[in-house]
Order: sequence, then structure tokens, then C-alpha cells
Amino acid sequence: GEKKAADKKAAEAKPAEKKGSQKKLREKARKPKKHHASRNPVLARGIGRYSRSAMYARKAMYKRKYTAPETKIEKKKKEKPPATITKPVGGDKNGGSRVVKVRKMPRYYPTEDVPRKLLSHGKKPFSQHKRKLRASITPGTVLILLTGRHRGKRVVFLKQLATGLLLVTGPLAINRVPLRRAHQKFVIATSTKVDINGVRIPKHLTDAYFKKKRLRKPKHQEGEIFDTEKEKYEITEQRKSDQKAVDTQILARIKKVPQLRGYLRSTFSLSNGVYPHKLVF
Amino acid sequence: QALVDGPCSGVRRQAMPFKCMQLTDFVLKFPHSARQKHVRVAWEKENINEKWAATRWAKKIEAREKKAKMTDFDRYKVMKAKKMRNRIIKHEMKKLLKQASKKGKKLQKAQK
Repeated sequence: GEKKAADKKAAEAKPAEKKGSQKKLREKARKPKKHHASRNPVLARGIGRYSRSAMYARKAMYKRKYTAPETKIEKKKKEKPPATITKPVGGDKNGGSRVVKVRKMPRYYPTEDVPRKLLSHGKKPFSQHKRKLRASITPGTVLILLTGRHRGKRVVFLKQLATGLLLVTGPLAINRVPLRRAHQKFVIATSTKVDINGVRIPKHLTDAYFKKKRLRKPKHQEGEIFDTEKEKYEITEQRKSDQKAVDTQILARIKKVPQLRGYLRSTFSLSNGVYPHKLVF
Repeated sequence: QALVDGPCSGVRRQAMPFKCMQLTDFVLKFPHSARQKHVRVAWEKENINEKWAATRWAKKIEAREKKAKMTDFDRYKVMKAKKMRNRIIKHEMKKLLKQASKKGKKLQKAQK
């Protein structure tokens, strides 16, 4: 690459008439040649159809005579950097100079060439763990929540968050499940999917947004501790607006599928003769 | 053991014990041990595939397969459909019962 650029610059410096032809010649010469497939078909492993001499002829080696690149005889033998240097040394009766090696031998050879691995080798912090997602869970899948206060409810999956939890919404108007996190393991993925193609989920919905807030400042140690901690959860205005923003988009798509709204409103339950391992979800 | 061949139904020509199979009503006519080609010709002439699909037997099998493949959403739709149907039936029943009871009352009145 560097050669090409340098030569192109040289070509530009030359008179304009020569420019075009010079460039073309150089580029043609530098076209990478395609390698031919093996001209020696295999009879059995390790055995080719043709002998060495036959292959010499087939590959036209008689045409390809390469000579080693000539080092100019005028050029002195490779200019190696000096191996030793003489340095002046002070003091009386010292000989005035010493011959010192430029590249010295290592002063320490470890007993093991490869350093020992730490006990914590390969152990990453939680934030760097690999997050997996079941193949059956894709954006827009209807999930059945199995744990939590919304157990049994059918809910729409939006995306997987950074910690691996699933961002999920009712939508609120249908089954009173807000934008919420759900754990992958405690969820059944049905094969019903809502088309969530163009839905824009606000970017500020991360794990930090959903994390439970707890005050921990026990300044008063005489019974006022319980007052300062958040007892009752209050829905912030931001949550309401985010919920609305996401739900309006999704509700529009749910209404297109017949009976889907009723399906999301209903809850999942088992009854006699219904065995989860036999059900197709 | 029987020599069995199903060129139009995806069964390779093979030997099979009689216990593994159930006979249908359809009979094809060709000389015994005929080649697969002749079996195929006879099969397509009689149009067995269509005849089979029209039998109740095949329809029951199909219904069973569909039921096993039902997803959660399908089950919900079936539930709603059944509910609707039962409502309609009950409604009609009640109408008939009402008529019957009215008739009965009329008769009683007339007898008195």
C-alpha cells in the first residue's frame, strides 16, 4: 500500500501527459495474480497422479527462474549495529575505557516460562458476565409470568436489559402490568408474537431506572428509622409518561390481531389433566 | 411379514410385520411383487391420497394432531369459541323449555 501511494505521488509530480499511462502500467503490474488450484490430482492420501518431473513440466517451472535478490557488491556487508561499545571510564590507572555490550544477557531466568495463573483467573465481575437469552424469546413475544405479584399474567416482551433481565410491559391498560423487569428463568415463552418492528423504546429505561431505591441513613437510632425509609412506593410522573409512550405504540399493534387483547387480559392456570410438559406453548 | 410400499405416501419399500399395520378399505389391483413404478401408477389412478383424506379415520387423525399442536393462544381462542357456542345452545334450550312449560300450563288450565 505504501509503495502505491509513494509512486502515485511521484506520478503526479511528473508531467501530466505521462501520468495516465504510467499509473496504468504500474497498477497492472501490481495486480494480484490468482493462484491456480493444484495441478496434481490426488489418487490416494499422500499420492499424486504425476511425478516430480511431470509436475515440473506442468507447472512450467522452466519458465519461472527466480534469482536471489542481489545485494550490491559495492554495498558493504550488512550494516549491523555494533554489538559492543567502548565507553570512557574515569579514575586513575583504570585503562581509560571499557568495552561494553550493547545488548546484555538477561539477569534473571524464571523457573517457569509461563507465569502462574491467579486463583481468580477467568472470574469476571457480574457486570462483565455473558448474558444469554433463550431462542424462544424475541422482541414482541408474549410471555407468561410465573412469579411475583403478576403471576399467571400474559405480558409482552420488549427487550433484554444490560443485567440480563427482561423488560416487559402489560400493557398497563390491558392487564395492569407496568413497564417492569422479569427474570428469564421464571417466565414461559409462548409462540405468540406481536410485531414490534418500529416500536421505539426510550433509551433511559435501564436497570438503574428500575432499581429499587432504599434510603440508608440511620442518623436517628431511636425509632425514627422506619419513618425515613420509603415505606410506600409512589408512582413517579416519569414512569407514567414512559408507560404511556411505550404502551400507545404497542396497543396499536395488539388491536390488529383478533382476540389478542382478550388473550393478554386472561391469566394462565393449570387444571385437572393439564400437564405443562405436554403442553405446547 | 408383508412387503409394503408407499411411493405416494413417503414409505420405502420394505418388509413389515402385520402387527405393525392396520388394513384400510382401499384395495389396489396389480400383480403381487410388482415394481414400485406399477404400485405408483395404480395408486395415482385410484387417487388413494384424496380418498384417504376424505375418510373419517384420516380426519380423526388430523384432528388429534392439530389438538396436540395447539399453542397457548389457540387454546384461548378455542375456549372462547366453545363458550360462545355453549351460550347459543343454552339460549335455544331455554327458549324451547319455556315454550314447553307454557304449553304444559295451558293444558293444565284447560283441564281444570
